[in-house]
Amino acid sequence: MKELAWLVPALPLVAWAVILLVGKRLPDGGAPVGILAVAAGWVISLTILFGVIGGARDAYHVAGEWAAFGPGLEIPFGMTVDGLAAVLLVVVTTISLFVQIYSVSYMRGDERYTLFFAKLSLFTAGMLIVVVADNLLLLLVGWEIMGVCSYFLIGHWWEDPANARAAVKAFLTTRVGDLGFMAGIFVLFWGAGSFEIERIIDGVESGRISSATVTLGAALLFCGAIGKSGQFPLHTWLPDAMAGPTPVSALIHAATMVAAGVFLVARMYPVFEASGAVLNEIAIIASITMLIAALLALVQDDIKRVLAYSTVSQLAYMMAALGVGGYSAGVFHLFTHAFFKALLFLAAGAVIHAVHSNDMSEMGGLARAMPVTFGTFLVGALALAGIAPLSGFWSKDEILTDAWTAGFGEGVEGLATSRGVAQVVFVAGIVTGFLTALYVARMLWLTFGAAYRGQGRPHEAEAGILVPLLVLAVGAALAGFVGLGDNSISTWIQTPLLPSEGPATLNLGVIAAASAAALLGLLLGTALYRRGLPEREYLERLPPVWTTLQHKYYLDDLYERGLVRAVTGALAPATYWFDQRLIDGAVNGAGLGTRRLARGLRYVQSGQAQWYAAALFLGVVGIAVVVTQLVGR
Amino acid sequence: MPLLYPLVFAAFLFSAGVYGVLARRNAVMVLMSIELMLNAVNVNLVAFNAYLRDQLVSGQVFALFVIAVAAAEVGIGLAIVLLIFRNRETVNIDEVDLLRW
Repeated sequence: MKELAWLVPALPLVAWAVILLVGKRLPDGGAPVGILAVAAGWVISLTILFGVIGGARDAYHVAGEWAAFGPGLEIPFGMTVDGLAAVLLVVVTTISLFVQIYSVSYMRGDERYTLFFAKLSLFTAGMLIVVVADNLLLLLVGWEIMGVCSYFLIGHWWEDPANARAAVKAFLTTRVGDLGFMAGIFVLFWGAGSFEIERIIDGVESGRISSATVTLGAALLFCGAIGKSGQFPLHTWLPDAMAGPTPVSALIHAATMVAAGVFLVARMYPVFEASGAVLNEIAIIASITMLIAALLALVQDDIKRVLAYSTVSQLAYMMAALGVGGYSAGVFHLFTHAFFKALLFLAAGAVIHAVHSNDMSEMGGLARAMPVTFGTFLVGALALAGIAPLSGFWSKDEILTDAWTAGFGEGVEGLATSRGVAQVVFVAGIVTGFLTALYVARMLWLTFGAAYRGQGRPHEAEAGILVPLLVLAVGAALAGFVGLGDNSISTWIQTPLLPSEGPATLNLGVIAAASAAALLGLLLGTALYRRGLPEREYLERLPPVWTTLQHKYYLDDLYERGLVRAVTGALAPATYWFDQRLIDGAVNGAGLGTRRLARGLRYVQSGQAQWYAAALFLGVVGIAVVVTQLVGR
Repeated sequence: MPLLYPLVFAAFLFSAGVYGVLARRNAVMVLMSIELMLNAVNVNLVAFNAYLRDQLVSGQVFALFVIAVAAAEVGIGLAIVLLIFRNRETVNIDEVDLLRW
């Protein structure tokens, strides 16, 4: 079945072209085309994954030549389908399928309905290309497709300048990281002589690539992951990306785009594992990110922004897991997070539809008005908070267990992360777990608890919206069980190049600590927000903290003042002048100079045939003189 | 007869032709002057043919070709002049300057 894996990205790509070209003439604006394409991919992906579960662990690799520029510079084109790709294929197609089904109801009547589905299909195709790519250049292609689609989708309602600005910000911020990613690709190519992931990893394992090159390449690749997966300090685009329609947020935040960064690190894991410095860097950045994002999530009024910061924080969990050697724990969390985060976003979308506002201060009491939405949202929220036995609990616990083992426990053989860093990850993980539960409780009480504070009378969403919610709620509740037992996700995604981790071990002490932190957070949140929105946010009593959080640690201001102003204030006019005056000046000058010259010279063309004849005669005489005097001798 | 005589004659004939082409205003006279130049060439060809009879015999053939081409040229030239006269009622060559800037 793995031979058919190429269809999974190809079908959405075809769907994109079909919807774009003839979508408006198809029934329901072409939406069924996109849904059918991804549904077919979903079936194929599931078959592949069940094959992997059944024991077909060998990576299926097929490659051809894309372009050959002579020996030493061949650009390959191929796909690798192993356990990791199979898991990701299922995640991406599942989320994309239900997001698209949901969008049929959610986006009905939208001005650019057909275009929206075309973009969703292309976005999905981009992520699927990343997942199956066997070489870094093809991966970069999918990566960039996603980059441009995120720009289009976030700016879907571009009539509002704020949305257009958010789209530009997302594009440019991820672009900063992409620059590092591209440089990393070339560094690794320089070291390994190939773009193929397998051969790069082979070169790293066999020691053919010097450790300095590996460290540099891995650090640069991680820059790309920082940008795409919204890690500190490039996380600022993610909350602003909420300007897009809610299904887009769900797709970006759960399955595609942000997952790509984590996937990249997982895919290239042996390269990262070979460098202790980079693993430490990943772990430290992830620890910072998870804490600051969770703190920011505490003070947001916009329900989607709470979820956005929560995504940043949860992605940091995945990165932290990868940083402390928890390869399977990181991928496992990616898997479970996709379900509960997609669910939370889609449920939040249903709420936003009902109350016509993103602002939680205009919500409240919706549990009675929207019982199904509330039920599914509750499942997702508790999974996010890490309450047993929902999915988030299992994966988060595995991450914390890995951090504990690496930091305080017996240690992991051959792990390059230093113990101190692993200890930081563990502490940050526990604290973030507490903060997560706290903002989850705040979000739940402000949205669904107490009394309704908004306008009108909200009512339950329609079936087209509720069905995806219910399906994803089942996924969010049960996805964690794939991590249990002998034949668990950690064995599916093992590659031959990685040391086998064996089944996840449950550390009762870690479980107790994590659950205690989560429950404490939930209880504190309930105590604080049970009566709805307080007169004054509790944190406002700590003015320095409050203003810092309100200003998002001044990072946006820093970028705005430091980078954007410098670019728009000095660099942009300078380049504009250079382009207009020098480049265009040279081009226009060539034309203008010719015209000026011709204005004088054209009088030679007098129309007097006899003048021409005289010139001709003189010319012939001149040539005759030259020939006879010089050549003739 | 030495070669010099026909060559000097041809040179005078050619110079007269050049003068006519450059200086005469009447288009018919210009055409006739072109004939003079062509015939000066013919004289040269025939003279060299006689002078170098042992090595080559193509001078006369070339002269015949030139006569044929000259006849064709005059045929077309006169036709053009006729049409110009019909359109503009003049055959003054310096008044026909449509192809100028």
